[in-house]
Amino acid sequence: MILSTTLFGRTYQFNSVNEVMAKANEEKSGDIMAGIAAESAEERVAAKVVLANLTLEDLYNNPAIPYETDEVTRIIQDNVNEKIYQSIKNWTVEELREKILDSDTSSNDIRRISRGLTSEMVAAVAKLMSNLDLIYGARKITVTAHCNTTIGLEGTLSTRLQPNHPTDNEDGIVASILEGLAYGAGDAVIGLNPVDDTVESVVRMFKKLEEIKNKFKIPTQTSVLAHVTTQMEAIRQGAPADLIFQSIAGSEKGNTAFGISGDLIAEAKDLALRQGTAAGPNVMYFETGQGAELSSNAHHGVDQLTLEARCYGFAKKYDPFLVNTVVGFIGPEYLYDAKQVIRAGLEDHFMGKLSGISMGVDVCYTNHMKADQDDMENLGVLLTQAGVNFLITAPHADDVMLNYQSLGYHEAQSLRELTGLSPIKEFDEWLQKMEVLDNKSRLTKKAGDASLFLV
Amino acid sequence: MVNEKELKSLIENILHEMVEGTSSKTQKNVLKGNERGQAAGGESKITIPDISEVEIRKDLLVPDPYDKEGYMEMKEKTPARIGVWHAGPRYMTSTSLRFKADHAAAQDAVFSYVDEDFVEKNNLYPTATVCKDKDEYITRPDLGRQFSDEEKEKIKQHCGNPKVQIMVGDGLSSASIEANLEDTLPAIKQGLKVHGIDTENDLFVKHCRVPAMDVIGEVTDADVVCLLVGERPGLVTAESMSAYIAYKPTVDMPEARRTVVSNIHQGGTPPAEAGAHIAELIKRMIDKKASGLDLNKA
Repeated sequence: MILSTTLFGRTYQFNSVNEVMAKANEEKSGDIMAGIAAESAEERVAAKVVLANLTLEDLYNNPAIPYETDEVTRIIQDNVNEKIYQSIKNWTVEELREKILDSDTSSNDIRRISRGLTSEMVAAVAKLMSNLDLIYGARKITVTAHCNTTIGLEGTLSTRLQPNHPTDNEDGIVASILEGLAYGAGDAVIGLNPVDDTVESVVRMFKKLEEIKNKFKIPTQTSVLAHVTTQMEAIRQGAPADLIFQSIAGSEKGNTAFGISGDLIAEAKDLALRQGTAAGPNVMYFETGQGAELSSNAHHGVDQLTLEARCYGFAKKYDPFLVNTVVGFIGPEYLYDAKQVIRAGLEDHFMGKLSGISMGVDVCYTNHMKADQDDMENLGVLLTQAGVNFLITAPHADDVMLNYQSLGYHEAQSLRELTGLSPIKEFDEWLQKMEVLDNKSRLTKKAGDASLFLV
Repeated sequence: MVNEKELKSLIENILHEMVEGTSSKTQKNVLKGNERGQAAGGESKITIPDISEVEIRKDLLVPDPYDKEGYMEMKEKTPARIGVWHAGPRYMTSTSLRFKADHAAAQDAVFSYVDEDFVEKNNLYPTATVCKDKDEYITRPDLGRQFSDEEKEKIKQHCGNPKVQIMVGDGLSSASIEANLEDTLPAIKQGLKVHGIDTENDLFVKHCRVPAMDVIGEVTDADVVCLLVGERPGLVTAESMSAYIAYKPTVDMPEARRTVVSNIHQGGTPPAEAGAHIAELIKRMIDKKASGLDLNKA
C-alpha cells in the first residue's frame, strides 16, 4: 500500500488511509472545521492520486473506524458478498471508477459489483469523480423498491409530499397535502415531520394521513417522521403505518446520539412487517446528511463524505423503501455554500445508488447558508438527469415548521415536464382520474386548485 | 470628508424627503384602478405597494376555485404558501417575488449587525467573542462561544458579581434583536424588580452562540444568566428571538440544563409578555437552585 506521491516536484506523504480519504475530498467546511481537510488545492489532488492507486483490498482492510469498536463497520463488512469481493479486491479505485463509467457495464453489472463493496470503497470512487461523472454513473444504476407501489422504475420521478405545520394543526396539514396532490406530488410518500414527538400525538398524525389516503384512494405510502421508538409504540397502540422512519449516522457513536442501534432498527423493521399497513417488503425510510456525525462529536477524525457512505451501508441491511440525504439542512459550518451543497447532493445520490438503495434527495438550504432558490433549482435539474428516485417537496418550497427551503410542488412537476418523466404508474393514473394530470403527465386546466378535493 | 454615519443620515434625509411622510404603511394599496395609469404618466409620488405587507393567508390566487370559501378556510389554518396557482408548471410572478423578498430579509437578518447606536441606547455594554468576522462566526460555532482573556477581564470589571446577569447576543438574526429587545428587556427588569432583584450592567455580545453564556456565568459567578439571542430565520419571520436561561451555567455543561423560551416575535409569543414570563422563570430558578430539566423536576 503506497501512501505517498510526488506532484509538481513536491512529495506528499500521508500517514493513513483515513488521511488520504479526508484530503482527497472536495472542499467542505465541515472537514475544515474538523481539521482534516487538504491544506492546499495541490495536496487535494495528490491525495486523489494516492487514492486512485489504492486497491479495494486496501480499503477493506482499513475501514474508517475499526471493526472491533464500531457496529456500523461490522454491519457493513458482514454484509459484503465474499465471492464478489474476492473477484474484485485487486482492482484499484481508478479501475473501479472506469468500470462503473464503461459503456459495456450495465446497471445489473454495477448492482452485482455493489454487493462486493464496502462503504469506504463507495466513498473512495466518489472522490475520484467529477460532478458529471457522478451524474452519469448514478444514471446507469436502477434501484427499485416496493412498499404499496414500486419506486425507482425507468421513466419515473417521484416526490415526497412534506406537509409540515408549526403546531401540528391537522386541518393545516391536510391543506398542504391537498395542495400538493393538486400539483401531482406525493407518489413516494406523504411524510410529515411532527412538532410533538409524543406517542399520543404521533398516533393521531398516522391516523390523519391514513384517513386522507383512504378517503381519496391514493396509491401511495404514508409516514410520520417521529423518533423510531415513538413510532413503534404508536404502531403497538394501533396506529396505521406504511413505513417506519429514522435518521441514521455513519458511526455507532453517531447512532447512539440518535438513540438507535442496529438491533433497534431490525426490531422496528420486524414490527412494520408484522403490524404495519403496507404490502412491503420494503418498509423502512431513512434520512441522512453529511456532517451529522461531526455535529454530535462522533466522527472519529473521518471525513464527512466517508461517514455519509457508511450511512448507506448501514441502511442497506434493512432493505429501505426510501433513503434521502437532507443535503443542505445542517448549515454552513458543514457545507458552506451552493457549490458545496450541489457537490454533496450529487455525491450522496451517486453513493446511495452505488450502495444499492432507493435514493432520493432533499434539495435544501438554510437561511444562514450562502445559497438561494436558484441553486436548488439547478441541483434539482442535475439530480433529475442523474435519475434520482425521489425529491422532497413542500408548498412553494418553504417548510414553515423546520424553517428551511427545499423544492416546491411546482419544481417537481416542472422537472417532470422538462424530461418527460411521470409519477409512479398507479399514482399517475390516479392523478389522471382526479383530472390533475393529462395523459402525458402534464398539468391540466384544473390542476393547482386544491379545493377540488373538498368534497 | 463625509464619514459613513453622516453619509447614512444624509441618505436617510433624502429618502425621507422623497416620500414626504408617506411611509409604506400609509401608502398601502394606493395604486388602484386608473391610478396605475397616472403613475405611469409620471406621478412620481405614487409608489408601488409594499409586497411584504400582503397577508399570505388571505391572498388566494387560484382564479376560479371549485370551492373558494373552503380554500380560504384551508389557507386560514396554515402559514404555508398554498393557493398560489401557477404559470405553466412554474410560479406566478407575485409569489415568486414575495419568496425572494422573504429570503432577502432572512439573509440580511443573519449577515447584518446590530446597530452600535441601538446597543448604546439600550445601555448594553458591548463585548464580542473571538470570531474575527461574520464569515468565521457562521462557519466556526466553536469560536462563537469563546472570549479572549482581555474581554473576560473587561466583562469581570464591568459586571462585578451580580445575582442575575442579562446578556444579549446577535446569534443568527440581528433583526430579531432590534425588533424585540426594547419590549422584552424592560419587562424582564421590571418583573425582577418586583422580586427585589436589580439587574444592571447588561451585556451585548457580538458573534454570539448560545454556549457563550456559560463563559459569562463563570466570569461573573452570577446565580442565573439569561441570554436573549436571535434565532435562525425562516421565511415566515426573520425576527424570532429566543431566551436561554440557566442556573450557574458552566462551560461544557449538559444542554439539558438550559431553559428555553423560543419564538419571541410579534406573530409568536409577544415580546413584552415573554419578558414577564422570563422574569418569573428566573425567580423560580433562584428559589429552586436549578434550571432546564432539573427545574421541571424540582
